[in-house]
Amino acid sequence: MIDNQIIATVIVHLFIAIVQLMLWRKSTPQRFLSVGGSLLALILAFKLFFKVYDGGILTMNAANWKAPFGIVFVADLFSSTLVVLTSIAGLAVSIFSCVGVGRQRILYGYFPIFHFLMMGLNGAFLTGDIFNLYVWFEVIIISSFVLMTLGGRKSQLEGAVKYMAMNILASTFFLTGIGILYGISGSLNMADLALRIPKIQNQALVEITATFFLIGFGIKSAVFPLYFWLPSSYHTPPSAVAATFGGLLTKVGIYALFRVFSLLFIPNHFAKELLVVLAILTILTGAFGALIKTNVRRLFSYLIVCHIGFMIGGLGLYNKWALLGAIFYLIHDIMVKTNLFLMAGVIRQLRGTMDMNKLGGLYAQYPKISLLFAVVLFSLVGIPPLSGFWPKIYLFRDAFQLEKYAFAGALIIGSFITLFVIAKMWAQVFWKDTPKPDIIEDKFAGMIGYKRTMLLLPVIMLASASLYIGFNAEAIIHVADKIATQLLDTSPYINAVLGGQN
Amino acid sequence: MELILVLLIGILYAAGIYLILRRSMVKLLLGIMLLGNGTNILIFLLGNIVKGKPPIIGPDLKVFTDIYADPIPQALILTAIVISFGLTSFAIVLLKRVYALLGTDDLDNLNTPEEEDI
Amino acid sequence: MNSTILQTATRYLLPILLLFSVFLLLRGHYYPGGGFVGGLVASIAFVLHSFAFGPHNTMKLIQYKPLSLIPIGLGIAAVSMFLPTFFGYPVMTGLWLEEKIPVIGMIGTALFFDLGVYFVVIGVVLTILFTIALNTEEE
Repeated sequence: MIDNQIIATVIVHLFIAIVQLMLWRKSTPQRFLSVGGSLLALILAFKLFFKVYDGGILTMNAANWKAPFGIVFVADLFSSTLVVLTSIAGLAVSIFSCVGVGRQRILYGYFPIFHFLMMGLNGAFLTGDIFNLYVWFEVIIISSFVLMTLGGRKSQLEGAVKYMAMNILASTFFLTGIGILYGISGSLNMADLALRIPKIQNQALVEITATFFLIGFGIKSAVFPLYFWLPSSYHTPPSAVAATFGGLLTKVGIYALFRVFSLLFIPNHFAKELLVVLAILTILTGAFGALIKTNVRRLFSYLIVCHIGFMIGGLGLYNKWALLGAIFYLIHDIMVKTNLFLMAGVIRQLRGTMDMNKLGGLYAQYPKISLLFAVVLFSLVGIPPLSGFWPKIYLFRDAFQLEKYAFAGALIIGSFITLFVIAKMWAQVFWKDTPKPDIIEDKFAGMIGYKRTMLLLPVIMLASASLYIGFNAEAIIHVADKIATQLLDTSPYINAVLGGQN
Repeated sequence: MELILVLLIGILYAAGIYLILRRSMVKLLLGIMLLGNGTNILIFLLGNIVKGKPPIIGPDLKVFTDIYADPIPQALILTAIVISFGLTSFAIVLLKRVYALLGTDDLDNLNTPEEEDI
Repeated sequence: MNSTILQTATRYLLPILLLFSVFLLLRGHYYPGGGFVGGLVASIAFVLHSFAFGPHNTMKLIQYKPLSLIPIGLGIAAVSMFLPTFFGYPVMTGLWLEEKIPVIGMIGTALFFDLGVYFVVIGVVLTILFTIALNTEEE
């Protein structure tokens, strides 16, 4: 069925970016446009989600070329859920950016680039063509390079060099994989590839191709041993940018891994074992890295790495319930990780620093804000009945049932260390006595009312999304269950794209 | 012809990875560019290198009967070249800025203690 | 650099190269050419000018900031991409006028898309080059 509604969010972000480029150096209209456009994109994303939820997979052949010859956009439940989450996170970040990003950065084109990034994210989730996925990845990384370097401070540029080198390398691996895949199968359409790959005689070559994809996406989603660029670059840009990166960019890599390894390369025994081992090592390295960090954002960066392992592990276990857990975790993680970095930005506004040794006494001074933050931190740790708790049950249970005790152990260690570092951070940042007053530089106290609201509203929004995920877990499990079913049984996807012609 | 290209791809990949593993920023950039070119030639190689065989089906035929030059890899390479053009030019500007700011080409020196930020 | 030969040659080459870039742009749909190549040739023409006369003079010649070409080009391309949706076709479907127009040939959304690409490429290339060139001069 031809439906242009699929890429409506992409179109919205593209047009916002273009209009904002025309309003170059006019910061106030850009702010209004950004928030309004993000809101519109959110509404369209929800419309798409419910349409897909009720009516099944939608496809659109770009330029009216029939699949598998043209580029096809596909909205199945997995894509449309991620588009909704991206839009929620995007709206939150865009509200936060209005106050949280410096005027100088806005004048140098922060908002247009941000919307190009959102366009790339939406496109990557919705495309059904492997080369088109590569193109959307490039849109994402070019925009993220610009966002990362905007402002041009020393540490930022240093972080950007590492980020750039690793991401271009990842893209090259990805492109090489696509090249070989096209060479051995003769198609680029993912649904068509899913039919052709099992028929290829030289399966060893298929496995090599899969390795290329694993490395490429592994770098992007910061899987052990390819995660080093993440903690050394995510703490450098402004918090609004770090929130987009931390919440969404690594998750595109996860999305691509899930898509490619459920549709194109069905993991064999070795691949499953490999993914589980990678997941264990990712969890452990991320967790131990987080233990020793004193900067709030560096700590969060390591927690991102740690929790990526949970999702990779869910993919490695590869049965319905583990995938369900991993997808639930993905949904929870996007909301919480975006929020963590926004919170780091608010803390920075409150105290002028993000070094835990220099922070303290926030609870005494701002009890309400602290309680709000506590909700988010508890969701992250997974205190029942908050959102981090439910997916872990599924992952634990399946790790035990499939006798992957090492993974179960890593899950426990990862969760405990998360709890420990968050408790340590809570004690240091909120409960400890206020350090000597001469260090404090409270921008927040001097702000007028609406600016305070603009800073806190996104945090409240995402916190209530987390609460919703936690308290209405049944609905989310239902969605995740449907997604996991669609991932394991790909025939509806293939039929929707190729029109049942096979 | 294919064999020469295969060797060339191997050399480009090897040289690219070797350069990426060096500590110099300029060599890092050159390595990335060489890797990208190697990938492009790899894709080119996959599209049947034949002369004067356009992918056009004759008027009285329904399917291809002869070997033909596949146009898709060329379209892919074109896209990849455009993208790598953008990436490379951005990387050059970035590395130039870093060099101007730090006065060094050594990647090991990119570790100044963290500053605070917004 | 102050070479009389280069400067004189550039005066003649600049319009020829620009004309050639438009030629490439227009023949792009069925033959080798198109917006990207045309844009590159046009920007190379300006690069040649900046070799001969220095980037400041080239900026004076262009008058507008090359950056402003990017939203214009993107706008043209985006509109031509999404125009078919109003006629009930999928995004990016080619819509063509029935009549052939002399010199230009067939007119359709693909041509406008190429035109947008042409402007974007000129804008991006010149912005990057001026940024690098002016930074180098400051040092």
